[in-house]
Amino acid sequence: MPRNSKDDTHTIAVLVENKFGVLAKVASLFSARGYNIDSLCVGVTQDPSVSRITLVTRGDEKVLEQIRKHLSKLIDTFKVMDMGESDSVEREMILIKISAPKAARPEIFQIIDVFRGRVVDVSTDTITVEVTGDEGKIHAILNLLQPFGIKEIARTGKVALTRGAKTLKGAKN
Amino acid sequence: MELNGSQILIEELKAAGIEMAFGIPGGAIMPFYDELMKSDFPHILTRHEQGAAHMADGYARVSGKVAIVVTTSGPGATNLITGLANAQMDSVPLIAITGQVATNMIGTDAFQEADMYGCSIPVTKFNWLIKDVNEIQHVTREAIRVATTGRPGPVLIDFPKDIQITKTEYTPRESAESPLPAIREYPELDTEGIDKLLEAIERAKRPVIIGGAGIIKSGASTELVKFAKAAGIPVINTLLGLGGFPGTDDLFLGMPGMHGTAYANFALCECDLLINLGARFDDRVTGKVSSFCPNATIAHVDIDDAEIDKRVHTHIPILGNVRDVLIALNERLTPRDYDEWRQTWTDWKENYPLQYDWDGSIKPQYVIDQIQEITEGNGIYVTGVGQHQMWAAQFIRFNEPKTWVTSGGLGTMGFGLPAAIGAKFARPEKDVWLIDGDGSFAMTLVELATAATYNVPVKVAILNNAYLGMVRQWQELFFEKRYSHSHYPENPDFAAIAEGYGVKGINVTDVNEVRNSLETAAEHDGPVVLNFLVNKEENVWPMVPAGAGNDEMQLAPPSREAKS
Ligand SMILES: Cc1ncc(C[n+]2csc(CCOP(=O)(O)OP(=O)(O)O)c2C)c(N)n1
Ligand SMILES: [Mg+2]
Repeated sequence: MPRNSKDDTHTIAVLVENKFGVLAKVASLFSARGYNIDSLCVGVTQDPSVSRITLVTRGDEKVLEQIRKHLSKLIDTFKVMDMGESDSVEREMILIKISAPKAARPEIFQIIDVFRGRVVDVSTDTITVEVTGDEGKIHAILNLLQPFGIKEIARTGKVALTRGAKTLKGAKN
Repeated sequence: MELNGSQILIEELKAAGIEMAFGIPGGAIMPFYDELMKSDFPHILTRHEQGAAHMADGYARVSGKVAIVVTTSGPGATNLITGLANAQMDSVPLIAITGQVATNMIGTDAFQEADMYGCSIPVTKFNWLIKDVNEIQHVTREAIRVATTGRPGPVLIDFPKDIQITKTEYTPRESAESPLPAIREYPELDTEGIDKLLEAIERAKRPVIIGGAGIIKSGASTELVKFAKAAGIPVINTLLGLGGFPGTDDLFLGMPGMHGTAYANFALCECDLLINLGARFDDRVTGKVSSFCPNATIAHVDIDDAEIDKRVHTHIPILGNVRDVLIALNERLTPRDYDEWRQTWTDWKENYPLQYDWDGSIKPQYVIDQIQEITEGNGIYVTGVGQHQMWAAQFIRFNEPKTWVTSGGLGTMGFGLPAAIGAKFARPEKDVWLIDGDGSFAMTLVELATAATYNVPVKVAILNNAYLGMVRQWQELFFEKRYSHSHYPENPDFAAIAEGYGVKGINVTDVNEVRNSLETAAEHDGPVVLNFLVNKEENVWPMVPAGAGNDEMQLAPPSREAKS
């Protein structure tokens, strides 16, 4: 099975019924097996009765296989896909609050520019920037901004879609 | 027709042919109980909610039918957790209906509020919290389908008190709208997998079948017998698969694993093809996975995709209902025999039989042997958890499926008595024998009151060793005989306790009285408790130590092994 960028990290997309308690059941599958969820992102799809959960988890083939099978077994689940199995577009958004004394600002702005980030808030000593990208890009800008002093970050968790016409169908089986 | 929530739920249960309830009422479920009574729904009032769950469990295991378990909110509902977990582990269908505080009180720490939706997620196949009276019809139907189809399991419906009395328009079943969304089950017959398995059977020299609970649940026993006989392949049954193949048949090798027969474990170690039919490769069966069936091609037929490749790597996976797969195999199998292999395992059976010594004390195995003799393998046999359970599994020779009721996956002490009562309700024409331990029995003996109240003539044989025997055995073997808190030197007089509940009780202290007392119990018209004061330090053999491979099996105590 093809892997994502980081060795045993997998991005899994799950289509589930959009109703209360479903997320608790998904989370319970992971906690019951001692698997960690690295990131989690949930939102409603074009069909309001269906939600899409994108989660990033780690594990070897065996662990991933169990995760996939148990997610599929959930009665609320319509579809499960390991996004690493096909070519896909993956994005995450991050908000970064950086300490930014006047003197450092030109350099910070330059970095933000290169990463096509957007400054969304400015105060006397801080700048808050919004950056969207894949894991590599987010990692890189965090690295570059580190020396200036990162005060706080908020990440959305990853979302992903397959490239091309292929979709995850919402119909039950 | 306008009905309230409770009435709708009951109508739906009745329409699905569900006709048994076990439970205990309380504040948050009283409107539902009121309707149960008005509608004459059969209900057994138990003494503890755990007992109610185990009764429904025992009832389902022998009848294949699902019963409901009804409790109030809070403590009544949380008392179910062990019963649900037990049913979940052994894939037994039951439907728990728990009262819940009124919807406008949920989340306020109201009196007797417990988050049963949250609590029961990990111990049910699925669960629901009803928030609108108009969901009840759909949820009840879905609950029944989820519990009973695919790989069966327990489900829970949390039922707030206000919704139990809210009225709505109800259209009965016949005219009901669209069918339910399909529940993920198994695919069409996997003919490719079946081809591969048939080829493997052609090539094999030393094949073995291991039949699990899937044989019993799918009703595949007849097909299994046909298949094994035509192919000349010996059959091992897991703890939960016992009864799936006749215990007296030449081809039967008994139970595998930790306390399996020597010949079953030898066969696993030596086979070159293992055909797993509906067993889940439990760790008590496989021992150390790396030395499990080291030379074998492994085929695994299972209804649950998540079981395939979970612990043991499978060369020939077949996702499907075991019975369907066996029917297909039987259609295409060319009869054969493996003479040399047959000779090998026949010799093992002769040279390494299950055995126990005589020393004048009451040997627990002897009591089981005698129960087997007087019932001729035609009873229903129920157990607690511990040494007595393993001896029962070893020494009873089952004639039919669905006559063995034991807590396998969870190993729940206290399962026995309520499960036996449930089994007797399901099949009143059968003699139901509970083989229990003193420790296990004490955990739920309060249900003797239920047996007495409803005159449920279960026959209880307590193999009373005044120990948590299985724990003591491990302490003897692996903790240098440090018997840390496993001794009950002051066990109560269980016969007197039984009498106190209005149940006939007999203490048996002399080995010469064993047979007589069993016959008395069998003939007695009502429940009986026989308290056998058995040899206290008897151990279960053979034994594969936890974490060891099946090839490291110890046949007998080191002293005896040295002698022979
Ligand atoms: C509810 C529960 N608690 C603890 C255990 C751990 N345990 C397994 S076997 C056993 C001893 C059982 O004693 P008894 O019922 O007297 O049976 P024996 O082994 O003596 O035949 C214990 C404590 C268990 N399986 N279930
Ligand atoms: Mg005991």
